[in-house]
Amino acid sequence: MLKQHLGSLVSSCLPRFLRVGLNPPSSSGRRWFHASTPALHIMRMTRLRVVDNSELGKQAMLEGKPPKCIGIYKRVQIGNTGDRIIVAIKGQKKKAVIVGCKGKLIKPLVPRFDTNNIVLVDEDNTPLGTRILAPIPHSLRAKGEYSKLIAIATRFV
Amino acid sequence: GELWCSTQADILEQGAFPEVTTGNQSSKPTSLERKPSPAEYRFILPEFLPDPKVEWRNKIREKLERADMLKRRKIIDIPEFYVGSILAVTVSDPHAPGKMSRFLGLCTERGGCGLRAYFVLRNVIDGQGVEVMYEMYNPTIQSVEVIRLEKRLDENLRYLRDCPSEFSTFPQDMEHEILPPGSTVPLNTLKVPLTARTWSQKWQYWNLKGVEPHTMQLEYWQKKKYIKTQLSGNVPKLAPWHKYELMEEYRSSIPEEEQVEMYSEVLTELGDRLMKEGRTRRRRTLVRPRKTA
Repeated sequence: MLKQHLGSLVSSCLPRFLRVGLNPPSSSGRRWFHASTPALHIMRMTRLRVVDNSELGKQAMLEGKPPKCIGIYKRVQIGNTGDRIIVAIKGQKKKAVIVGCKGKLIKPLVPRFDTNNIVLVDEDNTPLGTRILAPIPHSLRAKGEYSKLIAIATRFV
Repeated sequence: GELWCSTQADILEQGAFPEVTTGNQSSKPTSLERKPSPAEYRFILPEFLPDPKVEWRNKIREKLERADMLKRRKIIDIPEFYVGSILAVTVSDPHAPGKMSRFLGLCTERGGCGLRAYFVLRNVIDGQGVEVMYEMYNPTIQSVEVIRLEKRLDENLRYLRDCPSEFSTFPQDMEHEILPPGSTVPLNTLKVPLTARTWSQKWQYWNLKGVEPHTMQLEYWQKKKYIKTQLSGNVPKLAPWHKYELMEEYRSSIPEEEQVEMYSEVLTELGDRLMKEGRTRRRRTLVRPRKTA
């Protein structure tokens, strides 16, 4: 499960066991870094979870180097379900569509997912994989441009 | 909070309004003039109570809201449920095939007052945790079914986000579990283990009873800090004198006289309905009015 930390730069300097999320043993004398509460937004530097069965996505998730958002195709640089974004994945730049957000439950009837899910797509919204392995909200059907995504989806919420 | 609570049907069928203190039970027949005991109704229909904050109270608005809520309850059956019950909600969704979408999940939290009352259902679908918030008096809701009626040890089950997924997984085609008539709401004393840290919130400070205690243990320096915070009184709820704060309790609750007044209004409107419905009952769904000519 991905955890969002504001101090992503800090966490990359920390030893591996702290990044994984375990407390250091009391005898070691090390202290747990107390960071402020994470911003539950999808923005630049957010790490995401690829939810389709594309080769690139699978490889990246297996290696433990999830894709990182580097740009959002919106004036306001905050991503929500249904937005197109650019991600940096395995040294490449790829476009993606956000299909699930971990934000707070503010709007009724809008599902909240436990992870920030994306589906890798082409320039013309053609997905790179052949199946989407996680449930997708019905609201993605509203935008006609995601019809190819809907076609490969297995489950709707 | 109260761990024992009889059903709304029980109260009216038996004609009993048991006093919480004396435990008396009368065997009089049901009557609509009988006043409901707030000790019972504030748990069954909590959304009829307004927010106790004095600045936000407006008796005329509350009366109008109650009238609207009762009107809605005549059209659709919003059953009795608690946090920890499993519900299935069918909502009209313009983007879904068949224009309706059904979601089954565990009620994780419940809140709001009046027409803004809401509840949150949680389920794990294909390994993905999903939560949906529903407003109880939303007119696009077609039906609310209670699949399993039960209570849990906590009023808020948000900690299930930091638990293994098997504790939040329920099949979407789950069968209704019908309780025998005249039974009390069962209390599920399940204690759930939390996963390894980090958690989304500091559950160790939430006084959770439905969690395995050995999964919530603090380091020695965290315990020291926690005790220090308690004794300083900076966080009011943790301070040791908080349980003696009578004015705090008064300000955060609705007086019994007002509760009796509100619920007697509710009873006169819904009384017949509540008497007919038991826990072993039919699900009411909205019938779409058809255009004639």
